Amino acid sequence: MREPAQLINRYRWYEIVGIYCGIAVFLTFVLAPFVEGFLVSLKPLSQLFSSPYRFIPENGSFEAYRTMWESVPGFARYIFNSFFISTIVTTVVLCMVVPAAYAFARFEFKGRGTLLAAFLAVNMFSGAVLLIPLFRLMRTLGVLNTYFAMIVPGVAFLIPSAIWLLRTYMMRIPRELDEAAYVDGASHFYTLRRVILPIAMPGITVVAITTFIGSYAQQFIFALTFNAKSEYMPLPVGLFAYFGRQEVVWNELMAASFVGIAPAMIVIFFLQRYLVSGLTAGAVKQ
Amino acid sequence: MHAKRSAVLFAWILLAPALLYVCAIVAYPLVDTFILSFTDASLKKTTNWVGWANYDKIFNETFAEVIIRTFVWTFFSVAIKMIIGTFGATMLNAAVPGRALFRVLTMPPWIVPMAIGIFMWGWMYNGQFGMISGLLQRFGIVDGPVAFLAHGSTAFWATVITDVWIGVPMVTLYMLAAMQAIPQDLYEAAWTDGAGRFYRFRRITLPLLVPSMITMSMLSLIATFNSFDIIWILTQGGPNGETTTMIIDTYRTAIGSKKYGEGAARAVLICIFLSIFCLCYFRVTSRLASGEKQ
Repeated sequence: MREPAQLINRYRWYEIVGIYCGIAVFLTFVLAPFVEGFLVSLKPLSQLFSSPYRFIPENGSFEAYRTMWESVPGFARYIFNSFFISTIVTTVVLCMVVPAAYAFARFEFKGRGTLLAAFLAVNMFSGAVLLIPLFRLMRTLGVLNTYFAMIVPGVAFLIPSAIWLLRTYMMRIPRELDEAAYVDGASHFYTLRRVILPIAMPGITVVAITTFIGSYAQQFIFALTFNAKSEYMPLPVGLFAYFGRQEVVWNELMAASFVGIAPAMIVIFFLQRYLVSGLTAGAVKQ
Repeated sequence: MHAKRSAVLFAWILLAPALLYVCAIVAYPLVDTFILSFTDASLKKTTNWVGWANYDKIFNETFAEVIIRTFVWTFFSVAIKMIIGTFGATMLNAAVPGRALFRVLTMPPWIVPMAIGIFMWGWMYNGQFGMISGLLQRFGIVDGPVAFLAHGSTAFWATVITDVWIGVPMVTLYMLAAMQAIPQDLYEAAWTDGAGRFYRFRRITLPLLVPSMITMSMLSLIATFNSFDIIWILTQGGPNGETTTMIIDTYRTAIGSKKYGEGAARAVLICIFLSIFCLCYFRVTSRLASGEKQ
């Protein structure tokens, strides 16, 4: 006798065909731009700018992946900037979020619920709404056209979901551990550093990854508005300058895009299990 | 009692860095936006108090159009995201071989730098040589090339579709998580009673998904209302302002024309709308949470 669950999940052949067709349609929509973008990066420019449209490249080559380094002179620098900015942002976010999440997860104090809601409400403002005062603030601080102009606002908008995510994780750590440490005479700070931090490391890693990805994916509006120097531009804004031109060298732009998204793709495949829990946790009410 | 007080103090010390940072970079600019909206701030050295003049100036016919367009744009984007996302989640929830891989394959639009995904769409919408126009011609649906981003009505839908594309993975994975949280014994009980697959979906899955759908729609609404990158990269609000939403309009006024005061007044209106959405969200989710407890 088989388990009911197995019997429920037994599909008839037409159901299976239907499901795979549904998945195919869905994934076509999701992946079409990537497939097309990749094929474009393989096509020589002459074939790209010819009618009628052909999907499969003829004499496709990886030529554009070589020539783009010359056509987009700052390319290596843009990638470095993207990584550099994301790394600093992630570090700063973690330094502030780990203690804050612990406070929300463990301590009873007046206004805790309101404060947490206030943090979450930050998520509803995109940087675009606050751009004018932020611009003035960056000017006053004298950081326009530096890395800080992108790091400082970037951090603020990644703090709320990171707090939410890590708080959820820390609430699952048994309270008895803190209490045992406390009874043994450990100070609050010692408990946090020696008891909680080691146990929360997997959760902190997830938060670090999601913050890094978030920061890597969203480098646009601040970098576009607060920095005009091409040596500090992150990849998306650096490429945008080429996108805006009259004569876009599409195959090189697409090749550059693929090199730029490669890190994100690698992360997806290796860490997708953590990412799913991480990225949806901010949205799920506990 | 003393121990408790020291614990509270410690909690505030832990919170202080994040709290102060967010106050300085989010709360203070928010207040500053309200103050600026009553001034004629610009690149000039002097700034004068102008009262409601900025608000009087923006309430004209074009701005009403921008507001309506923003709501229509947001509505369609959220609705299509929810439909495609729920459809995708339903498909991915089926126990067929390969579903773990399919789930990974839904993620790229969400994870890659947004701007880069938008560049790819920019090429697909290209009229002369782009994929969509090319395929439509090949199948004889249109006669000549269609430059999607050059005409108002097509540019409007093109930006909506791109926004949907970026939002779909989030909706799909969220709805999938919600589906998998439905207790399996409900299905088993229904199956024992002879309920078919479609019947189970309609009578168990869908009703139990409603709270998650509402939550996700609200979150999606807030994110979509704020959408900037997609329209800015694809059309910069054109052609003839037909894809200009409130965010784009604010950006143009404030950063493009350097009219900080007028831009701030526009930003304040966006904040008011967002606050209303946010209040609705908190209301709805707390009601849903209390409903679950009963």
